[in-house]
Amino acid sequence: MAVEALGSTPRTKVAPWNDPVIRGWVFQVVVVGLVGLLAWYLVSNTVENLARQKIASGFHYLDREAGFEIGDTMISYSPASTYARAIFVGLLNTLKVSVLGIVMATILGTLLGVGRLSHNWLLAKICEWYVEAFRNVPLLLWLFLFYKLISEAFPGPRQAISVLSSFYLSNRGLYFPVPLADPIHIWMGLGLLIGIAGAVVLHRWARKRQDATGQPFPSISAGFGLALGVPFLIWLAGGAPHHMSWPELKGFNFEGGTVIQPEFTALLLGLVLYTSAFVAEIVRSGILALHKGQSEAAAALGLSRGQVMRLVLLPQALRVIVPPMTSQYLNITKNSSLAIAIGYPDLVASLNVTINQTGQAIENVLLIMAAYLSVSLSISAFMNWYNKRIALRER
Amino acid sequence: MTDALPVGERRQLAPPIDETGPFGWARKRLFSSWANGITTVVLLVAIGWILSWFIDWAVLTANFTASTGSECRGGGACWALIREKYRLIFFGTFPYEQQWRPLFAVVAMLAMLIFSADRRMWNWRLLVIWGVGSFITFLLMFGQLHIPLSLFLFVALVVGGIGLAMRKAIAAPGEMNAYRVLAAIGAIGLVLRLVGVLPAWSLPIAPFSYVETSLWGGIPVTLILATYGLVFAFPYGILLALGRRSQLPLIKGLCVGFIELIRGVPLISLLIMASVMLPLFLPSGVTFDKFLRAQVAVILFAGAYIAEIIRGGLQSLPKGQFEAADAMGLNYVQKTTLIVLPQALRVVIPPLINTFIGFFKDTSLVLIIGIFDFLNTANQALVDPNWAGFPGEVYLFAAFVYFCFCYSMSRYSKYLEVELNKGTRR
Repeated sequence: MAVEALGSTPRTKVAPWNDPVIRGWVFQVVVVGLVGLLAWYLVSNTVENLARQKIASGFHYLDREAGFEIGDTMISYSPASTYARAIFVGLLNTLKVSVLGIVMATILGTLLGVGRLSHNWLLAKICEWYVEAFRNVPLLLWLFLFYKLISEAFPGPRQAISVLSSFYLSNRGLYFPVPLADPIHIWMGLGLLIGIAGAVVLHRWARKRQDATGQPFPSISAGFGLALGVPFLIWLAGGAPHHMSWPELKGFNFEGGTVIQPEFTALLLGLVLYTSAFVAEIVRSGILALHKGQSEAAAALGLSRGQVMRLVLLPQALRVIVPPMTSQYLNITKNSSLAIAIGYPDLVASLNVTINQTGQAIENVLLIMAAYLSVSLSISAFMNWYNKRIALRER
Repeated sequence: MTDALPVGERRQLAPPIDETGPFGWARKRLFSSWANGITTVVLLVAIGWILSWFIDWAVLTANFTASTGSECRGGGACWALIREKYRLIFFGTFPYEQQWRPLFAVVAMLAMLIFSADRRMWNWRLLVIWGVGSFITFLLMFGQLHIPLSLFLFVALVVGGIGLAMRKAIAAPGEMNAYRVLAAIGAIGLVLRLVGVLPAWSLPIAPFSYVETSLWGGIPVTLILATYGLVFAFPYGILLALGRRSQLPLIKGLCVGFIELIRGVPLISLLIMASVMLPLFLPSGVTFDKFLRAQVAVILFAGAYIAEIIRGGLQSLPKGQFEAADAMGLNYVQKTTLIVLPQALRVVIPPLINTFIGFFKDTSLVLIIGIFDFLNTANQALVDPNWAGFPGEVYLFAAFVYFCFCYSMSRYSKYLEVELNKGTRR
């Protein structure tokens, strides 16, 4: 490289084995050749082994009947469904627990991170010990602990803890009543979307007005009211259908209503409590990275401590926080694969059963990797876009 | 009033009682405002309530002496279970009367780690500590070691090669000749061994009975997987990081692809791959120990993460360092080993320890492919039907052990961060 940097001076003639460009290419070809050789060796072994053990290859098995039960499904599924559908059910469960985990861990982690910086010594210490306790113990251990506590410490369905004869807490999970399916629900969903859109528009208008006139408008609470109020009005207009499906004890378990299963609860609880400890550290260091003058200037302007945090510190700290936060979000998604250890049917669990039933390890491991890679890349892409949006705009 | 007095006649007043001492501290940090005071009181009540319940459960009504699970029932915590099962939890299914061996192996590994934490050891002594420590650890765990001739030759080649590359221009001519001889013996010997001129001789050291890896369990397994995962992943992480920063497009592409692939998938998928796919990759008849397969998966996984940390260290170096090295006429190996890496690695030691904490915790995932690490042996303690129904006690105990390891390492990392930055802070 040094030779090229001399650019303008006439290049002295060097022997080809001393020319860095030629050397570089030779080196690359050798390395790529070695990697290719290794890959060829592995592939040829694999092909030979597959032929010898008479294992089928290709993705034809995806259309065959899966034949195994899945405990928690977001879409209709039965053992008669195909492997492809079983895997899709698993993927949806992974996404469900990841999205809920990300949202809840962000909220809890931010509260803890801000709490660690509290002027109240006791609160700061409690938050600090929470963080230390959760991040110094493996997530898997927390998952086992929560799962065993839920499934062993809670009573069986017959002795379930009942609240108002409608919520039943037992070792089978939390059963609670849900409204019976009604056509109005679709319209309510649509109303929710309209309400959210209206809230966004309202927030933009409020910000513009505050920029122009300095008058604040409670756009956050008004927005929530709008987003929840529109579906509620639609529900009233539709005659307020209130038929519910109630959980009832039949035989050894409950029927009717809906259930949050212990596996799901343990997994979500573990993921949220564990990751929030890391999020708290990120939020705290993001705030500490700000110049002390920021909080002092805000205090001098007469803002309360809550306002200083909400209007001055957090928005600026966000710039420092977003990149490490992205990797925590990716960690939640990847860590949700620990579901397999406590029996929650996520993507890896579905594919693991499929491996055991079909023997086609390679295809399934490839599917696991492809699925996680695409989820990870989408999260990174979204967070990079968000990071660019909030980044400091300089000249 | 005091302001009115001339300077000489002012009396030195003690500060008001409510601004210093424990009183002042409590006023400032606990009761500075109404909201603050209410928070403090609410938290105190909550802590008191939880602590009194916990102490009652864990100490006052706990059972330390029961001989079966049924004696424990009805009271508080059943610590008698831990008393009964601690050997299983710490050492797994290692032959019972031989369990002093894993105990001393753990002591050897901890001694190795603690010695390595001392900055005065960060030179050739580190190699000696790790060589001797690893030898003792694996001799105790396996009971018998057969060290093949090719390993001796390989070590000679590596030591000679590193010496030649790194001590060039610093060492006396005699030292360089020693490296040349070592490297030559290693290289020629390995070639002769490969073509079959040298026999498959190995040095047998067999003081104890042989214990295969499937019987290993507990703390030694967790420590070995994490420690050697990091040790082997470290050089290869350095190579990946250098490759990712390289200006050669093919090398860079390979390294970026590999790092992002590994970092994008969960460790479980690599472990599943190691347990079901690795046997397919190898020629028929060649089998791989399950423990070793898990270790390989951990190393592959760790390498990608370490590479990214080291890349951070490489990026923190000012460009002048690279240019100055070029101007001095150093070649790539010299530039990297003498100028770049010593500075870059110094920066990344604290984050590397944090990664090690992460791996120490993540090794618990190997239980999914059936290896008895510390968490898995804790699970085994719950299987006994005589002692069923006390998961809380066992998991809290295991959590406490993990906490002690990880917390002390994170304190050490914090201390190092301050210690290593002393030169740059004012």
